[in-house]
Amino acid sequence: MITQDTTFLGYRRENGRVGVRNHVIVLPVDDISNAAAEAVANNIKGTMALPHPYGRLQFGADLELHFRTLIGTGSNPNVAAVVVIGIEPQWTQLIVDGIAKTGKPVQGFAIEGHGDHDTIMRASKAARELVQWASEKQRETCAIGELWVSTKCGESDTTSGCGANPTVGNAFDKLYDLGATLLFGETSELTGGEHLVAARCTTPDVKEKFMTTFNKYQDMINRYKTSDLSDSQPTKGNIAGGLTTIEEKALGNIQKIGKRCQVHGVLDKAEAPTGPGLWFMDSSSAAAEMVTLCAAAGYAVHFFPTGQGNVIGNPIVPVIKICANPKTVRTMAEHIDVDTSGLLQREINMDGAGDKLLECMLRTANGRMTAAEALGHREFVLTRLYESA
Amino acid sequence: MIHFVVHEEGDSVGTVVVEGVKSGASLNGWIMEQDQVVEMRTASDIPIGHKIALKPLAVGDTVFKYGVDIGKVVAPIAAGEHLHVQNVKTKRW
Repeated sequence: MITQDTTFLGYRRENGRVGVRNHVIVLPVDDISNAAAEAVANNIKGTMALPHPYGRLQFGADLELHFRTLIGTGSNPNVAAVVVIGIEPQWTQLIVDGIAKTGKPVQGFAIEGHGDHDTIMRASKAARELVQWASEKQRETCAIGELWVSTKCGESDTTSGCGANPTVGNAFDKLYDLGATLLFGETSELTGGEHLVAARCTTPDVKEKFMTTFNKYQDMINRYKTSDLSDSQPTKGNIAGGLTTIEEKALGNIQKIGKRCQVHGVLDKAEAPTGPGLWFMDSSSAAAEMVTLCAAAGYAVHFFPTGQGNVIGNPIVPVIKICANPKTVRTMAEHIDVDTSGLLQREINMDGAGDKLLECMLRTANGRMTAAEALGHREFVLTRLYESA
Repeated sequence: MIHFVVHEEGDSVGTVVVEGVKSGASLNGWIMEQDQVVEMRTASDIPIGHKIALKPLAVGDTVFKYGVDIGKVVAPIAAGEHLHVQNVKTKRW
């Protein structure tokens, strides 16, 4: 049972934000720099490279999103320090400058004119200093309201809507009451329940921004659809599992925002919130993409309810897996952090399930590794808007 | 043993949470929001994860789950019958 007096032990960063992990990351600006980044992480124990496939010849909003995601990832309070490696110095410096605004130590290295070996040597020297500096950081007592928590569901079935998702909603309501900063998204899968989300927006401006964002997606569906989508959304898998209509699927999805949370604002992909409350982020429904966007927006912990068993994690944010499907909990036990299958047998009620999740959240915040962290799941997936030039 | 769960009072449907539910079986249901138990007899076989109609529904009726409209009835449904894509469709597309 969490109250205003509940605390956790976190790392207070230079900009006042609190993290629950203390990562030192080696961040490639582009795909060309992955090899050097991985070599540095191999040289310097306790650092972690985040290789990815993009970062060249992107332009416009797609390039802005790329920069925003990389800068946001480095700025996340779970990250103590960053080494940035890019092929050329200008975009590399752009990323360094963006992360430097948080006050945390960050250094950049460009490969052009130096080559891999010289870059790896210089970056490794910097990484060694940074990781030894970071390793002396101590946790301090922080108020529960300082936690930023995001959520996304995946591999859903009907146990998601009845069990795992409302468990998140129950926990979110309790966190919301204590002034925490929360996030949900998955624009596409609100279809059928968008009026419910709109009704939860705090002001007419927020409501309008939400509906504009949502309708943009509907327009795209209507432009490209060739049927009533009864083969695609819900999917054949959803239908086999018992979900009948997109409205029902969306309603299951929306259980994650509980009953009391109000939507304070609408965020673009990887955009950071500007205050406490529940925020909606226009975002993909693909699991790793969305969690990557949440981490880039600065969220420190992620609630991931699943039905059939989604296994992804994130390199810098602990992803807590919640499941109410007894078969999944049994057959994929190594992936599940919070088993709420007792909910569907009335062994626990919704308050009990929500409290069980919050208890796991506190233990995770205080240092307990999630299943995904222990299994080495570090999916770092960038969202693209369109093709490269 | 709970055989099906109902999200809240007033819903048209419950969700079966055990395997092997056959026609004519007497089931225990749990209304989660109000924390109440109910009983229901099935009128068809219902697979795990699928829905059972809690009352008779006519063509054109709205199906309620989570207290909200989740679709329209396109074929008559008896109380206790399997409710799914054969008798309920989306109103959206």
